[in-house]
Amino acid sequence: MIVELGHFALILAFVVAIVQMVVPLVGAHKRWTSWMAVAEPAATLQFLLVAAAFAALTYAFVTSDFSLRLVTLNSHTAKPLLYKVSGVWGNHEGSMLLWVLILTLFGASAAWFGGNLPPGLRARVLAVQAAIGVAFHAFILFTSNPFLRLEVAPFDGQDLNPLLQDPGLAFHPPFLYLGYVGLSMSFSFAVAALIEGRVDAAWGRWVRPWTLAAWLFLTVGIALGSWWAYYELGWGGFWFWDPVENASFMPWLIAAALLHSAIVVEKREALKAWTILLAILAFGFSLIGTFIVRSGVLTSVHAFANDPERGVFILAILAVFMGGALTLFAARAGAMEAKGVFATLSRETGIVANNILLSIACFVVFVGTVWPLVAEMAVDRKLSVGAPYFNAAFSPFMVALAVIMPVGAMLPWKRASLARAMRPLWGVLALALAIGALVWAMQTGRSALGPVGVGLGLWVTLGAAVDLWSRTGRGAPGQRLARLARLPRADWGKSTAHAGLGITVFAIAALLAWQVEDIRVAQQGERFEVAGLGIELREVREAQGPNYRTSIAEMAVFRGDREIAVLHPEKRLYPVARMPTTEAAIRNGFLADIYLVIGDPQEGGGWAVRTYIKPFANWIWGGAIVMALGGLLSLSDRRYRVAAGARRASPGTVPAE
Amino acid sequence: MRRLLLLLAFLAGPAFAVQPDEILDDPALEARAREISAGLRCLVCRNESIDESNADLARDLRLLVRERLVAGDSDAEVVSFVVERYGEYVLLKPSASGANLILWLAGPLMLALALLGAGVYVARRRRSPEPGAEDLSEAEKARLAEILKE
Repeated sequence: MIVELGHFALILAFVVAIVQMVVPLVGAHKRWTSWMAVAEPAATLQFLLVAAAFAALTYAFVTSDFSLRLVTLNSHTAKPLLYKVSGVWGNHEGSMLLWVLILTLFGASAAWFGGNLPPGLRARVLAVQAAIGVAFHAFILFTSNPFLRLEVAPFDGQDLNPLLQDPGLAFHPPFLYLGYVGLSMSFSFAVAALIEGRVDAAWGRWVRPWTLAAWLFLTVGIALGSWWAYYELGWGGFWFWDPVENASFMPWLIAAALLHSAIVVEKREALKAWTILLAILAFGFSLIGTFIVRSGVLTSVHAFANDPERGVFILAILAVFMGGALTLFAARAGAMEAKGVFATLSRETGIVANNILLSIACFVVFVGTVWPLVAEMAVDRKLSVGAPYFNAAFSPFMVALAVIMPVGAMLPWKRASLARAMRPLWGVLALALAIGALVWAMQTGRSALGPVGVGLGLWVTLGAAVDLWSRTGRGAPGQRLARLARLPRADWGKSTAHAGLGITVFAIAALLAWQVEDIRVAQQGERFEVAGLGIELREVREAQGPNYRTSIAEMAVFRGDREIAVLHPEKRLYPVARMPTTEAAIRNGFLADIYLVIGDPQEGGGWAVRTYIKPFANWIWGGAIVMALGGLLSLSDRRYRVAAGARRASPGTVPAE
Repeated sequence: MRRLLLLLAFLAGPAFAVQPDEILDDPALEARAREISAGLRCLVCRNESIDESNADLARDLRLLVRERLVAGDSDAEVVSFVVERYGEYVLLKPSASGANLILWLAGPLMLALALLGAGVYVARRRRSPEPGAEDLSEAEKARLAEILKE
């Protein structure tokens, strides 16, 4: 009964979305206030209906209602409760429902917090948002309905993929989707502005918080996914350049570019058409990502052939929204006359350079991701594009970005002098180069990756600190310190996010350059040495988990004669899914992780054991969290909280810069 | 118990990529083998190199790479040996030949285009008249002159 109610709520949401798409748009065109006013209650109602549908599906999973096809395929009575709940989105249909839930949540938030928007723009934004909703409601109801019943309910389910039975699944997809789908708001704002034919500073200010929110969720989502891969997949890789990962990375790159170009629109009324284009493309890449993940076309051509309906449907959604938006863009972009004038060297050109590097980095990822498909179809070459390509083709753009970032961040608007911008940075540059050189000297005979990473990381991180400090103006250090605390949150956010990137750049380079790996057969009770640490396999015992069998090893780690950790790596077998997984045991450290994996028993006695020392591993995700924190700080800046535009004249709401 | 364990292990298949028994005694040779393996795709897996993969086929390929190295092949010879047998698909880093040039040049070419476009844009932005003194009406100019005189 509850399931049927959920199904019904989803159909109702579809109908409400159609109304929300049509009525406010007509109203905005004819200037009928009452028609425009339909948008807000409709957005709230649509969200509540989808939430009800989602709750119903969750209920079915939690109560293990195996008369529901989806629950049978993806759940099992013995599964722990957390995974019963997260299993709701651990499959195609449920994850699409989560997608739509978040889409309508964003639409509803725009209705709730959009009080300061002009009624026409607000009505159009919500109508475009509803149009996306209509497309995806239709997709779910017609191709991926989660509420289908089975005629004969089986006694028990087929369980969830064991790799997904992890707290990572509980948090990674929701954050990722908050980011993906959050970009729909930027898209809706862009299309609404194109329909209105007007983009001004106020528009830049309205669209930025949404982009910022989407970007910061995407940052957290990607970081969580990477961390999950690190501890779950059993050898500590953190990024694989898998099509599915690229699918989330491309919108992140474009969103980062959009975030910066929207500032130029807001402060200087330039780069308008470009910003609109980025807003369209950012969501375009979200849709491409959804297509890649949901159709399976890039991971295996056969996965697509098995179920072409879904892939074609998403491709059609992509074609309609991108085609429509870009046509509208081509027709209207000419009207976006830029106002601000700037010199060849200025904050504006700095941000243009940032945008170029980020967009091209995204383009490279895109080309690499789709190339196997293109090559097979166009020139009949079956080939692979993997991590070595991306490392070679993508990294230079990121290095260039890191090199120019501290300088660009220091440039003033309109007209800048490189000498003046560099003055406070020379010290940082010298320090970064000196420490890079020192590291180079200390690690003779290894790759340049480590020293370059250290130098770049220092340059970016300290550069961000100098940027913040230089905002305090002149005067005694005490005065400046006091001013530092009173700086707008946007300034703090900018420096924090930039520093976060520096930390991540450093950590990735350090981990790749200095990781230590040891593979061997370990005898019980025997101690072996890896990178100055003693490691001893004490015993391996069998145990039974809630829905798996496991071999748990007890391994002690020594520094000198002192025992510093006892770790329990596991090897599990999930009998229902008939799948083995390795559960690495990790001792997280500030400077390095100790990462142990237990393998198979060997014929001549002993066990295969893998030991890794992963330097600065946690700094990779730490940097990402710092980036997201920067986004959060910037988002909490008072100029977004006060009714921007409406009360601009009152004191205290002066823009931060 | 031991029997059950072995049975379990058999069911589970190899638990991780490079096994201890595969490792070559010569560390320099082993390092080269790892380097080569990281660039070769496990043909039955999803976007995994043979160095990372647990599949039996990946193990066979790892052993093959090591065999060729021990036989005295250079890195390039080993790679071309594998490519001859399994096709271009096995390379994770596609060769820069023929149509693949598009793949490799996409980034640099786009950068050149973007810099050109940005250059034109910035030049136009710089030249367009500053909305300021020049835009004043006659009356405003007269008023300005008056103020300046005072």
